[in-house]
Amino acid sequence: MIPLVAVEINFYLLLVLKILAITGVMLGGSLPIIFGELKISAHMQSRVGPYYAGGRWGWAQPMADGLKFFQKEDLVPAAADRQVYKLAPYLLMVSTLAVFVIIPFSPDLIAADLDLGIFFALAISSLSTLGVLMAGWSSGNKYSLIGGLRAAAQIIAYELPLVLAVIGVVIQAGTLSMVGIVEAQIDMGVPFLIGGQAVAFVIFFIASLAELNRTPFDLPIAESELVMGYLTEYSGFRFTTFFLAEYAGVVAISAIASTLFLGGYGFWGLDSALFGPFVLAAKVGILAFLMIWIRWTWPRMREDQLQTLAWKWLIPISLANIMVTAIFKVVF
Amino acid sequence: MSEYFDQYLTVLAFGAFGAVLVAGLLGLASLIRPSNPTPAKLETYESGIDPIGGGYSQTHIRYYVFALLFLIFDVEAVFIFPWALKLESLGAFALWEMFIFIGILLMGLLYTIRKGVLKWE
Repeated sequence: MIPLVAVEINFYLLLVLKILAITGVMLGGSLPIIFGELKISAHMQSRVGPYYAGGRWGWAQPMADGLKFFQKEDLVPAAADRQVYKLAPYLLMVSTLAVFVIIPFSPDLIAADLDLGIFFALAISSLSTLGVLMAGWSSGNKYSLIGGLRAAAQIIAYELPLVLAVIGVVIQAGTLSMVGIVEAQIDMGVPFLIGGQAVAFVIFFIASLAELNRTPFDLPIAESELVMGYLTEYSGFRFTTFFLAEYAGVVAISAIASTLFLGGYGFWGLDSALFGPFVLAAKVGILAFLMIWIRWTWPRMREDQLQTLAWKWLIPISLANIMVTAIFKVVF
Repeated sequence: MSEYFDQYLTVLAFGAFGAVLVAGLLGLASLIRPSNPTPAKLETYESGIDPIGGGYSQTHIRYYVFALLFLIFDVEAVFIFPWALKLESLGAFALWEMFIFIGILLMGLLYTIRKGVLKWE
C-alpha cells in the first residue's frame, strides 16, 4: 500500500507545483507584453513611453501600475447588481487560468495533456464571454450595457471562424491533443503554417484578435466612445483583474496559435525537451508583437463591418478550408 | 480511467486556483486600500454629468438573429470535430456526407444574409 500512497502524494504535490509554475508563466508572460505594449506603442507614435520607473527604460512601469491599482479605493456603484458585479472578474480569471492547462511547453512539460486538448481550450475560453457580459449588464451603466452587448455579438460572430479554422488543423493532425498536434508537425517536417493551413492561420489570428477585444475589433471597450465599455464602472484591483486577464489571454491565445500553426515547442535542429519552452516563448513573442503592431496602426471597425467580415467572409472561407483539407486528407 | 480522472482534477484545481487568486489579491488589497464611499462616488458614471434615466434602459439588441444562427453553426462544429478526427479511416463516404451537411448550412447562412440581417438600419 505504501507505494500507492506515495504516488498519491506525488500527484498532489506535482499539482501544486504545476499551478504555481503556470501562475508564474501567466504573470511572467503578461508583464513583458504589457511593458512591450507601452514601449512599442510609444515608439510607433514617436514618443518615448515609460522612462523613470525602475531606472533603465522604465522597465518597472507595469509593476508600478499594478501596485498603484492595489491601493486604490474599490467602488461598487449604487445602481449596480452587487453579486453579479463582483462575480464577473472571478469568471474571467478562472477561464484564463484553465486555458493554460493544455499549453505544451515541451513534450513532457504540460499541466495535463487532455485527449480533448484544443476542444477543451475553445470551450473553456468562451466562459470569459460570460464574464464580460455579466460585467456589462451588472454595472447598471449605459456605456457598460452597450459594451457588454457589443462584446457578446462580436464574440458570437468570431467564435465560429476560430473553431472552424482549428478543424483544418485537427483534420491534418488527426488528433485533438496539443502534444499530438505538435508531434504531427515535427513528423511532417514543417509547421502547419507552411504545410497547408496558411489560410486557417490567418483566420485564426483575425478571430483571436476579435475574441480578445483588441483593435481593430475593440468596439466593446472603445475608449473614445464608450469610455472602456463594460469596464467603465470597475475601479481599483477589480479593474486590474480584467486588465491582467486580457494580457494573460494574449499570452494564452498566442501560445495556442503557435502550437497549432507554428510548430509549438519544436524547431528544426533544436532538442524539444531542452529548448522547447524557449522556442515557444519566442513564437509567442512574435505573435504578441504582431498583435501590438496591428493595434497601433489600424483604426477601429464599425459594428456592421465587423459582422459582415465574420459572416460573409471568414465563416465561408473557413468552411471552404475544411473541405479542401478534407479532400487532400482523403485523396492523398 | 485513473489518469483521465487526474487530468480533469488538474483542470478543476486550476480553475479553483483562479478564483482563489482573485479572492486573495482582492482581500490583500482590502487591507491597505481606503474605503470611504460617498453618495457622489457611488453614482453611475456618465462622463461627468448627472446620469439621465436608469442604467438598465431599453436597448435594441442588434444581431439577435445571428445568435440563433450561431447556435446552429456551433452545433455543426460539435458534429464536425469527431468527423475530422476519424476522416482518414472513414474515407470518401464521410467526405460526401459532410459536404452535403455543410452545403445545407451554407444555404441557411446565404438566406439570412439575403434577408438583410447584416444591414444596419
